[in-house]
Amino acid sequence: MAIEIPKENWQGRIGEVVIGATPEEGGTRTKKIVLGGENTLPFLDFDGDLPHAPVIGMEVLDVVREDYPVLALEPIQDVKDDPAQWAKKCVDEFGADLICLKLVSTNPEEEDRSPEEAAETVKEVLGAVGVPLFVYGCGIEEKDAKTMELVSNAAKGERVFLGLAEEAAYKSISVASMSNGHGVIAFSNLDINLAKQMHILLTDFGVKKENLIADPLMAALGYGLEYSYSVIERVKLAALMGDAMLQVPIVCETTRVYNARESFKEDPTLGDPKKRVVFWEAATGTSALVAGADMLIMRHPEALAMVRRSIGELVGGGT
Amino acid sequence: MATALEIFQKLPKTNCGDCGFPTCLAFAMQLANKKISLDKCPHVSEEAKEFLEASAAPPIRLVKIGSGDHVVEVGDETELFRHEKKFFHPTAFVLLIDDTASPEGRKQKVAHLKNLTFDRVGQIMGMDMVGVKATSNDPATFASVVQEVASQTDLPLLLVSENPDVMAEGVKAVADRKPLLHAATPENYERMAAVAKENGCSLVVRETTSLDGLADLVEKVKAAGMEDLLLDFGPANMGNMLRNLTIIRRLAVKKKFRPFGYPTFVLAEGATEDAGIITALGTMKYASVIAFDEAEVPMMYPLLTLRQNIFTDPQKPIQVKPGIYEIGSPTPESPVLITTNFSLTYFTVSGDIETSKVPSYLLVADSEGLSVMTAFAADKFNAEIAADLVKETGIEEKVSQKELIIPGQVSRMSGKLQEKSGWDIIVGPRDSSGLPKFLKERSS
Repeated sequence: MAIEIPKENWQGRIGEVVIGATPEEGGTRTKKIVLGGENTLPFLDFDGDLPHAPVIGMEVLDVVREDYPVLALEPIQDVKDDPAQWAKKCVDEFGADLICLKLVSTNPEEEDRSPEEAAETVKEVLGAVGVPLFVYGCGIEEKDAKTMELVSNAAKGERVFLGLAEEAAYKSISVASMSNGHGVIAFSNLDINLAKQMHILLTDFGVKKENLIADPLMAALGYGLEYSYSVIERVKLAALMGDAMLQVPIVCETTRVYNARESFKEDPTLGDPKKRVVFWEAATGTSALVAGADMLIMRHPEALAMVRRSIGELVGGGT
Repeated sequence: MATALEIFQKLPKTNCGDCGFPTCLAFAMQLANKKISLDKCPHVSEEAKEFLEASAAPPIRLVKIGSGDHVVEVGDETELFRHEKKFFHPTAFVLLIDDTASPEGRKQKVAHLKNLTFDRVGQIMGMDMVGVKATSNDPATFASVVQEVASQTDLPLLLVSENPDVMAEGVKAVADRKPLLHAATPENYERMAAVAKENGCSLVVRETTSLDGLADLVEKVKAAGMEDLLLDFGPANMGNMLRNLTIIRRLAVKKKFRPFGYPTFVLAEGATEDAGIITALGTMKYASVIAFDEAEVPMMYPLLTLRQNIFTDPQKPIQVKPGIYEIGSPTPESPVLITTNFSLTYFTVSGDIETSKVPSYLLVADSEGLSVMTAFAADKFNAEIAADLVKETGIEEKVSQKELIIPGQVSRMSGKLQEKSGWDIIVGPRDSSGLPKFLKERSS
């Protein structure tokens, strides 16, 4: 008997977003990334098109504090004090598609490095790698306003994405991104209505939709993963059903795994901590992709490799 | 269940009144409400009968594997997405043992099951079944290993062989345990269905060339008298698995396509890590039973946690037990904090306290599983509840000071709480992420 595949005829399509600019577009990136463009749920190619396979970026911090988890530190021990070399290692050795540079040292309550220094770090990382960049501030708006302004200028022409725009703090970061043709990461906290609201606020403020990527907060496995999973599925479904304000590619970070001590604490009943945390991060990333993430930001190279292999199988040919 | 109008379309529409109702529509309405049975109509067609039977059955059959107190239930799912209602029957995990493994190896594997049982947020999680693979393809060897394994565990069993002679011998050893048999194939289905039927066992139907072929084979096995079936299309890779499981679930739930109205079965072979990711994917997307050869603790613990997450009822958040939790090794001088018993709230707060490296006592109030702000708004977390908790837990006897740190977002309750409890109330950070800094500064 010939089975009729029950196809969904989705009306909506996720918008395409380009990250990074090659010399052709006025930048210096050796490659750019295109996210989105799909009109079907993740990996279900019988319902529609998935023009771009999910990509994986890696996190680079401009300072590693002493509370940075030991297991995550191991692979980058030799480069941890040099963001440019750290980024280069992520790309050359670990196969990162993108670098998410977090300027945590600008936090006025911690190292309080100046916006000028931060902009210098961005330049160094741009010089060290050919992949596109996300650049995140420290999360304190007053400081980020100045930092992002200088970062935007330092990365002029490179089409970086600045983060994170939040409901209570999105204007200065939007201004910084718009002034040099960059993009913005819109953060919302496990709430589909807030996700939509963020995109409305940002587009009303003048940010074009093709310059927007959504971060709906990926909780770690065991720490609310099911909430994130369902929020992301609902965002994706609403977008496919035609809600234009949610037709924005989604990025998820798997780094919260390292806040969940259960994933790596020494406990003989839970087995080898390194194997556990690597699989924990890979499982968290896989969940995000199955729910609807177009892109991941990851921390451990072995978890990245595991998810990379899975993506290869998931996007590969037919039923 | 079909609507009255859908049923009406299948009736003769003659309004003959032989059923005892004046019109066919009136009869259809009685049928839709299950007030009467279809045989009251002497003129009804075969097509109408089939339609009604099909529409009354659940979209996916509930299959019970095992016997007595040791039964795993799979199937009976009604949703494509967990947020629409919930997923009802957690994916069953099966650890496979090879009948050609050394006696020592087999024993170790069964013993290993104990290491795979965990108590997490008050729920016991672990493996659900044990399988024996007839790699030997020898009836006597298989039967003796099946018997040996069965004697060492109460878990429901899976027997794996495509040779009906081997399977028959294996089943004989454990028939009263009602094992799940894997598998009926296009080559062996007549004899395999007979073995399953004679022994009252459930049976996996395996056809790896196409879903069309699988549907055909299911029809044949059904015609042989089997109803407790599982579907195995032998996934070629992760993408093929995700797509086929989705197609099967959609056809069963949305189209009521009867040949696919059964739970699904996945054999996760291959490298341990890949089998782990396959198991994760199957758990999220519609696999009812997954069997694998290796179950290392550092991988199984996250997988069991993932299953716990995905099969949580979205309407009923997981709660932690109210009471005192010690974080680090607190002393009489350690700070005391209070929060609510929504599991995510508890985990976030306790994680942030751990990060601070300041040993503390955390009081967890019964807010019926609501987060701090929601509970406060719904009056499930207020000064009275907090004051009662302080008294009931006897925290006063554990510490030498009487200072209680409350979440910053409920600072409004501090006056009343101070009055009710007699403790000094310290307003903590608005967000739990501020705790490490807050606690470090207070302790220095």
